[in-house]
Amino acid sequence: MMHEMIFAGFGGQGIMLMGQLLAQAGLEEKRNVSWIPSYGPEMRGGAANCSVVISDEVIGAPVVQKPQLALAMNLQSKEKFEEMVAPGGQFIINGSIVPDPPRRADVRNYVLPLNELAAGLKSAKVLNMIALGAVFEASQAVAEESVYKAMDFMFGKKLASRPDLAELNRKAFQAGREALKKAAQG
Amino acid sequence: MSEKILLKGNEACAMGAILAGCRHYFGYPITPQTEIPEYFAKHMPEAGGVFLQAESEIAAISMVYGAAATGRRAMTSSSSPGISLKQETISTLSAGDLPCLIVNVARGGPGLGCIQGAQSDYFQSVKGGGHGDYRLLTLAPNSVQEMMDLTILGFELADKHRNPVLILSDGVVGQMMEPVSVPEPVTSFPEKPWAAVGAKGRPKNIINTLHLNAAVCEERNRELQAKYKRIADAELRYEEIDTQDADLVLVAYGISSRIALTVKNRARAEGLKVGVLRPITLWPFPTEALRRLAERVKGFLAIEQSAGQMVEDVRLAVEGRAPVAFHGRSGGVMIQLDDVEADVRKLLGR
Repeated sequence: MMHEMIFAGFGGQGIMLMGQLLAQAGLEEKRNVSWIPSYGPEMRGGAANCSVVISDEVIGAPVVQKPQLALAMNLQSKEKFEEMVAPGGQFIINGSIVPDPPRRADVRNYVLPLNELAAGLKSAKVLNMIALGAVFEASQAVAEESVYKAMDFMFGKKLASRPDLAELNRKAFQAGREALKKAAQG
Repeated sequence: MSEKILLKGNEACAMGAILAGCRHYFGYPITPQTEIPEYFAKHMPEAGGVFLQAESEIAAISMVYGAAATGRRAMTSSSSPGISLKQETISTLSAGDLPCLIVNVARGGPGLGCIQGAQSDYFQSVKGGGHGDYRLLTLAPNSVQEMMDLTILGFELADKHRNPVLILSDGVVGQMMEPVSVPEPVTSFPEKPWAAVGAKGRPKNIINTLHLNAAVCEERNRELQAKYKRIADAELRYEEIDTQDADLVLVAYGISSRIALTVKNRARAEGLKVGVLRPITLWPFPTEALRRLAERVKGFLAIEQSAGQMVEDVRLAVEGRAPVAFHGRSGGVMIQLDDVEADVRKLLGR
């Protein structure tokens, strides 16, 4: 099984870190993983994206060209990646700031109010953890426990003195999961 | 085996250098290799070594010359335009038999080009970017693990042969993260009785590359060529995957070999007999292996993130025994898997 994903948005939305967390979660399961950022001029213009592959096979090309799942955190990302999603794939759109409706009928679209969910948790900083929850729920690429292990591994030292923030990350992750589930049913 | 950790290719390279006993890094920032000096800036002081951001790329490679002449494991890194600036001293390091490591995390060219990964520095790496009859032992990693492993190997080979070693990587391998198992630090190092470190109680060691007498200069060249023959005989490294029954062999190094691997897997799933030959050393080049395959395959497809450079060495190796096609993108634009697949089908008449 090979999960090929692209996550895209503004610099500052935490997309790169979110991708690394998912890759680390895959590594916690001793699977093959790769993560590669965009670092080109578009990044200097404020946009950021990364490719993540989690696989039980050896990973060939690490730059994902036909993602089974893409996440667009802003309008620019939606325009750039919508056409790339593999037919039958999944496309998660941050409906809070993307006014345009999804165009593709051959992919499963989820328009989620991610910024509002972050506001509901009273922290703009957990936007990426909410997005991670949605991606986790849609992709089923890793186990929940592995995500928590990855969070502990990557933030453990920094958040050792702030258990409240570690708890907030988990809450945000669960909020993203719930939002995706709700959208899938609706 | 230790637990694997997630690292960027550039970080793995720098970490590998410290594990290999390198305590002298001289460099200058340039995308997409800046995580290498960044890592050294943070970790070289902890290791008791020297990190120095030089005033220019030329100054950095000159500092490598000085450190290497004293027998210390020394390195520099840059990306394509910066590596061009270092060429004069790379020739001089070669002439002086000075072991060191040079890392090129290549980007699109020519000129300042772009900052995306590319493979258009092959000619410069293996055909002499500087002047004179010299050779760089050139290693081409295709994963983050190899960024670490080939860096460690590079220092060993440099010392073994008293020759500069070049790691020719690219922006994709440098920037990507993959799991890496980290080996134990190297603890035994070769003696370097030639090092210019003070001559108390023994004759002076002189490292010089100017020979005004042509006969002396020719003799020096003979010695260098004899060394290159020894390296070519001992250090060839390459990998063949599913070539035993292959009709078509994809030839690719570095990041392109990852694309070749994916295309090969897809082709095999459709019943097409496709294999991959991946040079790990670009000099020496797997000429004999290609010639052997040329006797029985229907053809080759060289894949490069360039307008076509290594493909010339494939054609030289094959000597017309089989057709050699080429697929490439230049300027840092990634090769599309579907496009390569279409070429594979066309070449196999499917």
